[in-house]
Amino acid sequence: VSAGTRNGPLTGLRVVELASEMAAYAGKLLGEMGAEVVLVEPPGGHWTRWIGPFLNDQSDPDNSMWWWHYNVGKRNVVLDLDDQADAELCRRLIGSADVVLEAEPPDRLGALGLDHPQLRADNPGLMWASVTPFGREDPRSRAVVTDLTVQAAGGPAWSCGYDDHSLPPVRGGGNQGFQTGSVWAVLGVVLALVNRNRSGLGQHIDVSLHAAANATTEAGTYSWLVAQATVQRQTGRHATSGSLTGPTQAQAADGRWVSTGVPPQTKEKFAALLRWLEELDLSEEFGDLIFLQMGAAHGIQYAEVGQDVMTTEIMGAGREALILLASRLSAYDFFIGAQECGIPCGVIYSPEEAMADPHFVDRGMAVEVFDEMLGRTVVYPGAPLVFAGTDRSSITPAPRLGEARPGSDPWGPRLRTSDSAGTAAREEGEA
Amino acid sequence: LPEAPTPAPPGAAPTDAPALAGIRICDFTGQLAGAGATRTLAAFGAQVIRIEDPTNEGRWDILRGGPPFVDERRGINLSGAFNTTNCEKLGITLNLRTERGKELLRELVAISDVVTDNFAAGVLARLGFSFEELQAIRPDIVYVSNSGFGSTGPYARYRTWGPIVQAMSGLTLTSGLQDQPPAGWGYSYMDHQGANFMAIAILAAIAERDRTGQGQWVDMACTEVGLALNGPSILDSTVNDRPPRWAGERSSNRSTSPAMAPHGIYPCSGDDNWVALSCRDDADWSALASVIGTDWATSDRFERFAGRLADEDELDRLVATWTASRTREEVVRATGATGMPVAPVARPEERIDQDPSTAAWGMWPTVHHREMGDVRVEGLPIHLSRNDWHLRRGAPCLGEHNEEVYQGLLGLTTDELERLHEYGVV
Repeated sequence: VSAGTRNGPLTGLRVVELASEMAAYAGKLLGEMGAEVVLVEPPGGHWTRWIGPFLNDQSDPDNSMWWWHYNVGKRNVVLDLDDQADAELCRRLIGSADVVLEAEPPDRLGALGLDHPQLRADNPGLMWASVTPFGREDPRSRAVVTDLTVQAAGGPAWSCGYDDHSLPPVRGGGNQGFQTGSVWAVLGVVLALVNRNRSGLGQHIDVSLHAAANATTEAGTYSWLVAQATVQRQTGRHATSGSLTGPTQAQAADGRWVSTGVPPQTKEKFAALLRWLEELDLSEEFGDLIFLQMGAAHGIQYAEVGQDVMTTEIMGAGREALILLASRLSAYDFFIGAQECGIPCGVIYSPEEAMADPHFVDRGMAVEVFDEMLGRTVVYPGAPLVFAGTDRSSITPAPRLGEARPGSDPWGPRLRTSDSAGTAAREEGEA
Repeated sequence: LPEAPTPAPPGAAPTDAPALAGIRICDFTGQLAGAGATRTLAAFGAQVIRIEDPTNEGRWDILRGGPPFVDERRGINLSGAFNTTNCEKLGITLNLRTERGKELLRELVAISDVVTDNFAAGVLARLGFSFEELQAIRPDIVYVSNSGFGSTGPYARYRTWGPIVQAMSGLTLTSGLQDQPPAGWGYSYMDHQGANFMAIAILAAIAERDRTGQGQWVDMACTEVGLALNGPSILDSTVNDRPPRWAGERSSNRSTSPAMAPHGIYPCSGDDNWVALSCRDDADWSALASVIGTDWATSDRFERFAGRLADEDELDRLVATWTASRTREEVVRATGATGMPVAPVARPEERIDQDPSTAAWGMWPTVHHREMGDVRVEGLPIHLSRNDWHLRRGAPCLGEHNEEVYQGLLGLTTDELERLHEYGVV
């Protein structure tokens, strides 16, 4: 499979993406749905090529696994937007595009004559997504943010952490603040596309990372909006403003952790839990089975937890039974056993362990790609969504800095390839 | 029902028509992971008809009737959580265990563009509405299902909530402090992201249908969406043959990708006050060090990144000592003036009621709910320049739009609807 010719719902859509840290994931997702993504990076390579982790821990613009992951399937061209001739080439490139995706500081592209208001006249169907820290109109968007400061200012960090509030709140890993903004950029693009199919007109999509973080904390937000209550963080479970809920995480007999999630509510599940305790000879040890038996007789209504004393007791007993079972089983056996009782529990996997789980392997999430440049196979996570005609296994590695990928397009040969620019930049550096 | 505005012909001037005018969704979703997806589409003007089971008052969705509440009243229609997740939708009741109920659903599917659900895999099929059966009713139907593990594979029968999706996909373990158990996420992050990806799947499939005339079934597995959110660290393991990381191995408040130090959340004076500081490079550190101004801060030891990384524990301890004796506002003001990335860890009330940026964005619109009255809800983090979202109508009360839909759309008479009610069909 050659880059830029994938099947999928967005086949035929051309995206010009200005390389960035904040919106890279958006370009990846559009490409995985079939769009052709042309990545514009400056001479010498975009700085994100120096984000680790690196192959064999060797820092090199072609060894960045951050770059590999976020740029699979994209083609690259090298353009110096501060150079007039290159800016003109970029303008021409955008003239041939359906979508522009960028995360530049709000004033930069306008000053270069490269923004939506200046380019849409010649291309009325053009859709343009801008990802900025606080939205394009907000003066604070000129400031620099990191994923950490986005998650701190926008709400996620307040809700995450531990029962012990002398420990700091936690920013979840994986740069989710930036990725959430990228996901909303993609949502905006497909919205605008469906509308363009009906109106013939494109439009601008303004994405605020701060607003995206604010829209990602569930009860953290609506408890305040509705009841002026402030949620408090708890270990491994939802922050809450009400009566604090009991622990949901437990360490299994093999040392790994499990999540018991939302405990059983229906009588069938309480009955299955009683049988499971019995099978493992743990009924006696659990002791007071009365609340589980009441659960098995009547079930509980989740809405009454915290309101009705008996309901709260029965729910607590369900949770304690799960935690006891977890402590006597491997994390995996606990997960399977609980799910077989109809109770949604899970192993707290590392991402690497999840990739090796038989279910995800069966569904093709672990994609083996032979990388010609490296002369070896690399296992990538597959695309999150699968559509009719898309194939998770068709992954083309991210463009290397010194890699020429001449396109068949009319504009292709007129653009400097990354090869010549990269070589020039390196020679300059050596001189 | 109000007539949807006619879409403008190609090339027409910008209009006030909603972006998704004319698109109808027959919606079985619930909770946030599913209902959040169709909420976004409703906010952009799709007609979303939410279908609920009258026999249990829609309680399959745990948000139905649950907290928080605007006042002392309690009841199936009074959940603030349900309201925020379902605004701008129509709501009907329909009992699919009855033959007449199934007939009515067939009539509704026939005039819908999309069918959505986030039941456990296979539930809708067992009710007689598999994708093939939906296609038989409407050949170009788009069907998007969002389940924990998808409809194939060893765990297809298994169920999830947000925290279980996060656990199984690696997102819980990668959120926590060094030498501590996983902290995980203090909310269902994957319900939010699941909803976002489900909305993307629906719209992308509509776009494909626009182009090819073909509908399709997108079998979304929320755990796979979660798994794809940790890419670089997965590659680090598969490519560099590293053993899987374990809980408590390192703090997710630090940053290795990109590499930054100091980078963390530090205490300030007062009760539970914290500040997030990121030094992206030596220049940021130099700026912070001159604000701190102590010998240790300006020493050669920490001047370069390698030195700061070599003793990150000690560096964090020292920075925390400096921040702890100052207010959050002092730290943000002093360090922010240098241009380095800094932010307070904002409480809900601060980012909602005291933040000029969320206010200017229009992040907290007020909707009108039939029983709750005027209630603020969460807005959307994107603005479209031609036809933007709006949220004005609160979530539907149970069966609130039965007359509009059954009579207005499906052409039933008042008597017929009355009888359906008597027989427990609606």
